[in-house]
Amino acid sequence: MIKNDVAFKLGGEAGQGVESSGMGFAKAIARAGLYIFGVQDYMSRIRGGHNWYQVRVAERQLYSHEPHIQLLIAFDERTVSEHLHEVVEGGGVLYDDTFKVDADAIKAHGAIPMPMPLLTIAEEVGGNKLMMNTAAVAAAAGIMEFDLSYIEQVIRDNFGRRKGSDIADRNIRVADAAYEEARKRYAHLFEWKLEAVPNAPQRMVINGNQALGFGALAAGCKFVASYPMTPASSLFEFMCAQARRFGIVVRQTEDEISGLLHCIGAAHAGVRAFACTSGGGFSLMVESLSLAGSTETPVVIVLAQRPGPATGLPTRTGQEDLLFALHAGHGEFPRAVVAPGTIEQCFYEMARAFNLAEKYQMPVIVFTDNFLANSIRAVEPEAFDVQKVAREIDRGKLILPHEHGKIEQAVTNGYRRYEFTEDGISLRIPPGHPKAIYSVAGEEHLPEGFIDWEETAENRNRMMQKRMRKMTVAAHADMRLPEFYGPDDAEVTLVCWGSSYGPVLEAVDTLNRNGMRANMLHFVDIHPLDWDRVADILGSCRSWVAVEGNYTGQLARWIRMNTGLKADGVIARYDGRPLNPTYIIEHLNRVLTRV
Amino acid sequence: MATATVTMKELQSPVEPTWCPGCGDYGILNAVKRAMVQLGLRPHEVFFVSGIGCGSKLPDYIRANGFNSLHGRPVPIAQGFKLAHHDMKVIIVDGDGDNYGIGGNHWLHIMRRNPDITHIVQNNMVYGLTKGQYAPTSMKGYVSTTSPEGTIEWPVNPIAIALAAGATFVARGFSGDPKHLADLIAKGIQHKGYALIDVFQPCVIFNRINTYDWFRERIYKLDEDPTYDPRDRDAAWEKAHEWGDRIPVGVFYINEDAPTLEEQIPALAEKPLYQHEIPPKAEELEALKRAFM
Repeated sequence: MIKNDVAFKLGGEAGQGVESSGMGFAKAIARAGLYIFGVQDYMSRIRGGHNWYQVRVAERQLYSHEPHIQLLIAFDERTVSEHLHEVVEGGGVLYDDTFKVDADAIKAHGAIPMPMPLLTIAEEVGGNKLMMNTAAVAAAAGIMEFDLSYIEQVIRDNFGRRKGSDIADRNIRVADAAYEEARKRYAHLFEWKLEAVPNAPQRMVINGNQALGFGALAAGCKFVASYPMTPASSLFEFMCAQARRFGIVVRQTEDEISGLLHCIGAAHAGVRAFACTSGGGFSLMVESLSLAGSTETPVVIVLAQRPGPATGLPTRTGQEDLLFALHAGHGEFPRAVVAPGTIEQCFYEMARAFNLAEKYQMPVIVFTDNFLANSIRAVEPEAFDVQKVAREIDRGKLILPHEHGKIEQAVTNGYRRYEFTEDGISLRIPPGHPKAIYSVAGEEHLPEGFIDWEETAENRNRMMQKRMRKMTVAAHADMRLPEFYGPDDAEVTLVCWGSSYGPVLEAVDTLNRNGMRANMLHFVDIHPLDWDRVADILGSCRSWVAVEGNYTGQLARWIRMNTGLKADGVIARYDGRPLNPTYIIEHLNRVLTRV
Repeated sequence: MATATVTMKELQSPVEPTWCPGCGDYGILNAVKRAMVQLGLRPHEVFFVSGIGCGSKLPDYIRANGFNSLHGRPVPIAQGFKLAHHDMKVIIVDGDGDNYGIGGNHWLHIMRRNPDITHIVQNNMVYGLTKGQYAPTSMKGYVSTTSPEGTIEWPVNPIAIALAAGATFVARGFSGDPKHLADLIAKGIQHKGYALIDVFQPCVIFNRINTYDWFRERIYKLDEDPTYDPRDRDAAWEKAHEWGDRIPVGVFYINEDAPTLEEQIPALAEKPLYQHEIPPKAEELEALKRAFM
């Protein structure tokens, strides 16, 4: 018997409830005190097609999914044919007994066919065939002998907590029946079991997008304006859902151009604001990004990547927009680019992005991607330290227009919005106070804010230098160097950024277990950086290989551009699927044999 | 509405306009200042947002808060600002290229939302700053450097589009009559909701057709017609299509009953957004955590 170390996959058509069932099951398991890692795959369509939800379970914190599973739960026939090869020796394939499934093929693969009367139970016990997914999840729980009461709790949460909720009661009866039947038939054949961990603390089940939204709320974000675009939509929807409770303004704008410009307007008035989008929407925002750069307006943009070019693979993942975001915009101007790698980092980096934006009065781009945005984990609630975020709020040289005393004191000699200063950062007083009346311009301007009609070389140079000085200051004062994970003195260092963190971390663990000394160097902050120190860090690595979700090795190029150091290889995945440890190790071997 | 005494001198910017002699923009600047004086609006109570073009330099030429932004983009900036600081009077000043061309989509949607924003569009029916190409409002057949055989597109009809899109205040002025224009702008500012003031503003260098004289020969004031009721949308629709020998100016339409965007947003009920305390209470965030458990 293998206890609490299992991965399963639910698959079916869009509209069958694959995601909600997978999410519900994962939540039930997390409530039993286990750690989970859930990842989903869906197509750009509302009904039909093929979707899946994969959940890995363990008693230790998990950071990635793996390509193999122990139990396949099929909501349709296609799921069996598409995913049978992922099922391990001795694993099970659970499906409705009316499906045309080749049980012999499952046996030939070394797995156990587990037909179940799921539809029949749904119809006869629940009175509705739509309850088949409840039956399927409960049957899976029965096979793994997982305490059904956790599933029942989630059903109550989803369909009505109060006693006598008819739909909840009927679902629970379906779950009971399917659970018992599956346990009786297959539990003795299946060696993987799920057992509640006694006295385990309550944990949050949360995905990357929700963590970003949580971070924004904790940091005092009051304004969001966006246009929905996968995979940023669920972040936007999260903010909409929280708007009333947290007293924030959320606007769905006519396009992404308007979204970022709304944020620039709100930020100019002294409010913390962000827009979220994917590469296509970010393309539209580029013009306004440059305006934020010129007017030194602090705005945050969440760039949730998916593969391009153009609409590419709309519901899949990739890390293809790094160099784009680093260079986006006409002209040169300060910006920061950060890429959280875990759900916890999503929370803290999003909060920190507002501090960087306001402290340096510039746009900040926060990277995520479909993989990080949608994958779920069970995290300790203490890992989201809202008090710490509150303590660290740094609004920089900002005085709000209603802070009269402070303004009187600060502007004895009149107010110049773009005063030349040593650190390049000027006093920011949003419009509204009689002592601080000013006009700003995207066009090159004078310290007072007015357009520089003479376009003097001297003012231009001083203004450019003032703005760009902020980058040097930020690189030394605030930006964080990449961090190692794993043993010192590794033979090979896997260099990555953003969401690759989890898969690379687990790949490193596996490599070290198997006798190869490897470590990871993970970049959260990507720009600006103290590149001399980055060069020292990379120079100390025996060899380094970049692991990235793109074709060209964009981080490796960025590093080479800034340090002159060339990677010994690049593991590039650009098929729209997320990296996983097995994939990384396989490709590492290929890269290393080439070296 | 503020009741302080404000003088034209107080509104004087240290920056001298760079407009050509005789430019229609002077009349608009003058009318904007007069409207502020009329309403007692002090410089720090007003936020001007402009686009790109000759007229969009206006925020530099008036002593008030201003933001000279990008071509076609002042409308969304103004909305974001208004939602963050709704106590302030927000006035958009842009051109026909900005609002009826590149920013057309933004314009369509601000009218659906009805924020309490005044929008002055400087309509010279030609592209001035890029030196004489035809504009979205140029009359059909207009000959320019980019339409050497005359334009083959219909001109935008700002008044009709504004009515169709649900604008709650629709007016047209003429920069050759700053007194009348000032009155329209003041009415627009006082209007609770989105106010469009399309302004005929001759470009004395590039538009040799729609000159001061051309407009003076044709325009007449709707407010001088006692039978005209600007609350009558059908009547406004009819007037919106009057063009040729007689062209109406004045308030075409006014709807005082529609709620503003800001009024409908719960977060803005107590005080402006920029005055909200941040971060939210830790208990609220802890409660949100529990929803994930």
